[in-house]
Amino acid sequence: MDTISPYILLSAVLFAMGAIGVLTRRNAILIFMCIELMLNSANLAFVAFAKQWGHLDGQMFVFFVMAVAAAEVAVGLALIVTIFKTRNSTNVDELGQLKG
Amino acid sequence: MQLLTLSPILFPLLGLLINAALGRRMSEKLIGAIASLAVVASFAVSLYLFIGLAGLPEDMRAAWGAVELGVPWIQAGELTVPFGFQIDELSTTMMLIVTGVSALIHIYSIGYMHGDPRFQRFFVYMNLFVASMLVLVMAGNFLLMFVGWELVGLCSYLLIGFWFSNIKNAEAGRKAFVVNRIGDVGFILGILLIFVTFGSLNFSDVFGAAEMMSATNTPVMVAITLLLFIGAVGKSAQIPLFVWLPDAMAGPTPVSALIHAATMVTAGIYMMTRAHVLYFLAPDTQTVVALTGAITALVAGSIALTQFDIKKVLAYSTVSQLGFMVAAASMGAYVAGIFHLGTHAFFKALLFLAAGSVIHGMEHLRHSKSGHGVSDTDPQDMRNMGGLMRKMPLTFVVFLIGALSLAGVPPFSGFFSKDEIMLDALKHNLPVFVILTVTAVFTAFYVGRQLIMVFFGKPRTKDADHAQESAPVMTVPLIILAFFSVIAGVFNLPGVGTLGHWLESMGVHYEALPFDIGVAALFTVLALGALGLAWIVYRNAFVTAKDSDPLAKMGGVYTFLKRAWYIDAFYQGVIVKLFYTASSFLSRVFDLEGIDGLVNGTGTVVRDMSMLLRRAQNGLVRSYGLMMLLGVVLVVAYFVVSAMTR
Repeated sequence: MDTISPYILLSAVLFAMGAIGVLTRRNAILIFMCIELMLNSANLAFVAFAKQWGHLDGQMFVFFVMAVAAAEVAVGLALIVTIFKTRNSTNVDELGQLKG
Repeated sequence: MQLLTLSPILFPLLGLLINAALGRRMSEKLIGAIASLAVVASFAVSLYLFIGLAGLPEDMRAAWGAVELGVPWIQAGELTVPFGFQIDELSTTMMLIVTGVSALIHIYSIGYMHGDPRFQRFFVYMNLFVASMLVLVMAGNFLLMFVGWELVGLCSYLLIGFWFSNIKNAEAGRKAFVVNRIGDVGFILGILLIFVTFGSLNFSDVFGAAEMMSATNTPVMVAITLLLFIGAVGKSAQIPLFVWLPDAMAGPTPVSALIHAATMVTAGIYMMTRAHVLYFLAPDTQTVVALTGAITALVAGSIALTQFDIKKVLAYSTVSQLGFMVAAASMGAYVAGIFHLGTHAFFKALLFLAAGSVIHGMEHLRHSKSGHGVSDTDPQDMRNMGGLMRKMPLTFVVFLIGALSLAGVPPFSGFFSKDEIMLDALKHNLPVFVILTVTAVFTAFYVGRQLIMVFFGKPRTKDADHAQESAPVMTVPLIILAFFSVIAGVFNLPGVGTLGHWLESMGVHYEALPFDIGVAALFTVLALGALGLAWIVYRNAFVTAKDSDPLAKMGGVYTFLKRAWYIDAFYQGVIVKLFYTASSFLSRVFDLEGIDGLVNGTGTVVRDMSMLLRRAQNGLVRSYGLMMLLGVVLVVAYFVVSAMTR
């Protein structure tokens, strides 16, 4: 087995866990955490490939992803707090007013 | 020169602009005075132009009278139509008749329309009519003539339905408009065919080219003349399109006198005279025209025998007399036709205005404050009249003059003009002569009947008993018209032929027939005999307003005539009904279910498709997430598979 496969495998497992979490959880905060998990699994894959090919592009992308994730947390948590204040719950299934 | 030539049209336009803009703040008298003055000024200029034209040598007249504005009206491909006007012998003659009679009727209307809430509007329309009629008469090309032709039709519509609050009047206006459109379609098609054939619409070009032609009865000439004649049939109320004119009596009486007796309805005869060069080339058309005119004269004359409405009698009489003029034009006797047009304009306008005076007198009781309650008798029904000779002596005298002129008793003007048509008919077309002779007897009989029913005997209703003579503003125009009805014969005395030579100088065919004492005597005897017969039949026929007509003893024939040969009923029952059926099919089935069905069907299909798609949008964030994940998996799978198979 070569050196990169365990990293990619871990990354895939983390991504699948994140995806399943997003699809099955109802609590907005948990969904949020799962999204973070998926992002970080992608980061792990980036770093692994960068090491494998000796390019810095992948490592640079990780910083971008982290920056985006930080921004997302800032906006997303603010949204969740506001939703909780008005509806007294963070259950995403109850947020269906815009349904056509 | 241009401004002077066009001023007969511009004066009434100015008058109507003043009245339309400021009339609301002006008194009735001022409105009437402005409108009448505009027409009088128009008449004065027409007279000036007439004298100017007559003073020129014959070969210089055409060039002198042709006026063209600097800017062309229409320029499209080969078609160039100028704003061209033509002042020549024929148009000045018509201008004098139109403006002269109009001026008198305008003055009369000041009295007749007194107190009407739409007094201002009436005079605006009347001035518009005079201007339109002068456009028609003075036009120098077919298209401009058509514009005038349509404008007078519009004025006719507006004035027939002038008292539109009564639905019947509005319907009469609509009927006149629609029936006239049928004729106008023929006219405009004829104009198009003229352009295709001659490459121009100017009278001088078309007639100049036509004069060079020698072949007669070429299909295209027959088609052109027949199409133009269809226009004349509509406007001049000939069979089969005459049904609108009797209904047009719904308008105010001065309108009936001016538009529906003296001027507009003669436009067809004027147009045919104008296009005499073309008709000369199509003898086949002339046969059709002759028969149409003669049969119209007979049918309308026979219907007039049985009418009770004072204006309806005169309306059918007008149709009948127009038939005489059309028949004259068909025989190449254009001069006789125009001569009869002129005398008819005087005596029929006189008869209508006198009838208006009678109606006005009959309504006197209900308008006066001391009236004994409101009367519900029809002021136009001759059965309700009787004995008005003593109540309205002046109206009686002028009506008598008009009646004798219409009947063709010498020396009144109608005698001379009718005699000339008869001489031509005797020479050129014997069947037409026979038909017109019978019609002449009818004419004298129905006019005698009318005279006796209205003026003789004793008053049969309270309205008639309280009738009073009309005001001088109405009677003075009557006297002037009566004067012309008596003397208008001198304009074309047999053997002298002033009008004939005048029109001949512009190329209108004129055949100076010698005075035939036999024909003149025959028609004098026939007219007097028919008047005498009417006296015998009707002298004691009506004692009360409920008596039936002595002619009713004829049974079916009487009903047939009274119902106007069932022509109107036929149109209503067959053509109008078919049209309505077709329209209602189109509106209810074709439009609602066909067109709307297509549009609504498209909508329904789109909506149903959307109903399927909107199931996907269920508002659950997790299901959206699943969709996205599946999408990503699909895309990745695609790339993986395509990479492996490469």
